[in-house]
Amino acid sequence: MKKVKKVTLTINDREVRAEGGMTILEAARDAGIHIPTLCYHEKLAPYGACRLCTVEISQNGRTQLVTACVYPAEDGLVVKTDSQRVIRIRKMLLELMLASSPAKTIQDLAQQHGVAKPRFEAEKTNCILCGLCVRYCNEIKKANAIGFVGRGTERRVVFYPEIASTVCASCRECFSLCPTGKLPSETDGVCFDDLTLEDFLGARQARV
Amino acid sequence: MAQKLSKIDQIIAKYQADKSTLIQMLLEIQRENRWLPKPAVARLSQRLGIPINQIYHIATFYKAFSLIPQGRHAVSVCLGTACHVRGAPRLLDRVTDSLHIEPGETSTDMKFTLSTVNCLGCCALGPVIVVDGEYHGNPSLKEIERVIASCD
Amino acid sequence: MAQLKSPADLDRTRQQIISRRDPAKPCITICSGTACHAYASEKTATAFVNEIERNGLKGKVDIRRTGCHGFCERGPIVVIFPEEVCYLGVKPNDIPEIISTTLVGKELVDRLLYEDSNGERVVHEGEIPFYKHQSRIVFGNNRLIDPKSIDDYIALGGYSALSKALFEMSPEEVVETVKRANLRGRGGGGFPTGKKWETTRNAPGEIKYVIVNADEGDPGAYMDRSLLEGNPHSVLEGLIIGAYAIGSHEGYVYVRQEYPLAVENLFIALNQAREYGLLGKNILGSGFNFDVTTHRGAGAFVSGESSALMTALEGKVGEPRPKYTRTAVSGIWERPSNLNNVETWATVPLIISKGADWFTSIGTAGSKGTKIFSLVGKVNNTGLVEVPMGMTLREIIYDIGGGIRQGKKFKAVQTGGPSGGCLPEGLLDIPVDFDELTKVGSMMGSGGMIVMDEDNCMVDVARYFLAFLAEESCGKCIPCREGIRQMLHILNRICDGQGQTGDIELLEELSEVVRDASLCALGTTAPNPVLSTIRYFRDEYEAHVKERRCPAGVCKALISYYIQPERCQACLRCLRECPVGAITGDKNLVHVIDQDKCTRCGTCLEVCPPRFAAVLIFSGEPVPAAPPQGTKVERTKGTQQ
Repeated sequence: MKKVKKVTLTINDREVRAEGGMTILEAARDAGIHIPTLCYHEKLAPYGACRLCTVEISQNGRTQLVTACVYPAEDGLVVKTDSQRVIRIRKMLLELMLASSPAKTIQDLAQQHGVAKPRFEAEKTNCILCGLCVRYCNEIKKANAIGFVGRGTERRVVFYPEIASTVCASCRECFSLCPTGKLPSETDGVCFDDLTLEDFLGARQARV
Repeated sequence: MAQKLSKIDQIIAKYQADKSTLIQMLLEIQRENRWLPKPAVARLSQRLGIPINQIYHIATFYKAFSLIPQGRHAVSVCLGTACHVRGAPRLLDRVTDSLHIEPGETSTDMKFTLSTVNCLGCCALGPVIVVDGEYHGNPSLKEIERVIASCD
Repeated sequence: MAQLKSPADLDRTRQQIISRRDPAKPCITICSGTACHAYASEKTATAFVNEIERNGLKGKVDIRRTGCHGFCERGPIVVIFPEEVCYLGVKPNDIPEIISTTLVGKELVDRLLYEDSNGERVVHEGEIPFYKHQSRIVFGNNRLIDPKSIDDYIALGGYSALSKALFEMSPEEVVETVKRANLRGRGGGGFPTGKKWETTRNAPGEIKYVIVNADEGDPGAYMDRSLLEGNPHSVLEGLIIGAYAIGSHEGYVYVRQEYPLAVENLFIALNQAREYGLLGKNILGSGFNFDVTTHRGAGAFVSGESSALMTALEGKVGEPRPKYTRTAVSGIWERPSNLNNVETWATVPLIISKGADWFTSIGTAGSKGTKIFSLVGKVNNTGLVEVPMGMTLREIIYDIGGGIRQGKKFKAVQTGGPSGGCLPEGLLDIPVDFDELTKVGSMMGSGGMIVMDEDNCMVDVARYFLAFLAEESCGKCIPCREGIRQMLHILNRICDGQGQTGDIELLEELSEVVRDASLCALGTTAPNPVLSTIRYFRDEYEAHVKERRCPAGVCKALISYYIQPERCQACLRCLRECPVGAITGDKNLVHVIDQDKCTRCGTCLEVCPPRFAAVLIFSGEPVPAAPPQGTKVERTKGTQQ
């Protein structure tokens, strides 16, 4: 096995040793320091969409907010996972997520961070577009039965029935990854109500 | 359809089946048909070895593509900032009134498709409406009606 | 055309082109940029050709379709050389007179000349106030060349900077010169170009890329379009010089497909450059190889972000990457890639030709050289203006732009596109450069400058930008997608008269998180239009929320139209034009708006003749009671129908 360089960084005033090439998140988890995540999965390429793992880093006198799931654990890096700015961001992100998906996982996380009722208009898509299902299906299963469509606030996840009908019934591995429970509750693995490209195009037509 | 697919194959050949030119090929298919028919997308997917979900992500991401058939005449109203401050919302209201369709819609007789664009780069003329590639700067209600009536 | 194999070949070709041209021979140039195209400049050009033939002058007069001159307000612009007589707003039926009077008779057609505020006629383009205060070093050649002719470009010294770089300078010296010139990126962030070049040059890897970002997406900015359309070789020359400096042999031009003329002229320019041996293998015999691929962007603002643009070049969805490595080190196919926008590339040949010291002699301490702005909106002289960095907003808007249309009152100027902000009158005297604009909560961006007057509602403007961003964000990360969605919800309800106490503060709170937590620059700068309007126009927000009043009379839910009975002259115009039939009245009878039927489209206000000015907008207070049915008009003197 290739020998990897060791690096030392400071997380929340604790000195932490990590292997070169690790991310801040991996280094923190190895050291037993918890950083909340929703779109992170150890088998998948870092995605950086939920931003829940945002931490504050200081290096050469510069302070910066970065996502722990992507930023490399560098030698001498000073990381704060619970600074005031970080907490403020996390709370607002959870409040925003609650407006679109009042699922139990999100509610529990929100509660832990002292976020109660969101002050925002509800947009109940039950999906936070963490992309775990899409990425798992594409990267691990290589089935490509599910994908993203659209952009901006119209971005959605859809199934491709021509593929899904042949692979999904026997797989359903994405169901347990879904943090909002949308997949297990709104589909049965064969039938994807309101979750196809046609539904997306139809909804876009209806909205205008 | 076979004839259409051979056209797709020609486009693929023109770009030497290079995956990185997928967006360029889609633009050509769009120009050819004024939309992206399903068989064309399936053909691209099969010939280039790009999963269909990735092609549809692109096709629904960029504004140039349409997954539904478009009308014979393309009418677009510019909603760039310069046009906005000079009354583009009102111009859009008038055009929707005249065409009886909303942005993104195609008339049932397939005559017109109305769209909005975010800046065409002729800000000095604003607000601007483009009908089949012809630009009209700050048109009056009468001018809009004249231009629309001239489409057959 | 034989390939040019040495700098001497290039010089000889230039001399040949110049010697073939008789400077005394009349030449008629017609602006054929997109704006003038919309004014039917092509018909004007054809009319010139026909009229010249009809007068038996064929072969005795040259006609040249040039790129955009910038004074789009008054296009199409015709300049007749060698006298350089400049005619504005030329229509096909003006052509016979121009030919007979000016070309043959050597007299002026007064009515087509610019008339200054004292009624004096101005003959030459450069003396028109719009141009007089500008320094058109990058944009100036547009008026002299046919963008489809490489010979026109070479005749003006084109590609001599490339020749100089290739034969008299080492790549390091080129990088050093651009660094010393302190050229900063003209596309948005203002990052030092030379430093970026150096990073890419020094990044490990044999294969490197250079890219032209011509995906100009800022609504209200079109200088890149006009440069690429009007002078494509200047962009290309800059790119080749950059490639040489960086050690790249492959380049890309990413150009919006919404700019068909730019795409067309770029293709022609690329082919001509290849024919001349200015692109391809062994350029000018230097041993340096470089060629360019074009990629048309399919319409996504976010694809102008550098990592998103590079992802798009790989044929994938143009979404920004979450990585923290710079694209200069790991860009297309994870190889070092240097991206600059059109205007930046077009500036490079000038710096190489005239030197870094010349460039740094223009501009302010931190921002050197000139910047092209698209001065648009409610200003008298709309168009593209190029000025030295550091000129004040007031000079640009009033001296060049001629002030606000229709004598209205200035309210704000928006710079920096959706990432920028709205600046109030109190800031009109700040010098315009990268740092000053950032300091006051806006930014340079690509150079859009949208002027707004008292009739523009600043809450509506903020809402406009958020609606733009809600559509143009890629939608991947939560702070940007959901933050913008909720900010737009709040702005919508404020404009709809449903604003709640605390909404302004909630907007500020949201803005902070969107700025701090978003994945790319689209998100981190998305709150700027909201924050800057709250900062400078908080009273307008408060009027909407607390008084249900839109001071500018824009937000439909908060306004009513009213016809003043004492001013109405019963001309029937509004009555006929009202699209919903909400106006009653008759000949000699005062017109009255049925407030329940009225959709607040504003047509009545627009069509009411200015000499009557009978229609008023009410906001925050009820409209006066309508006069009794059948009230007769009071005739005012001189307005007899």
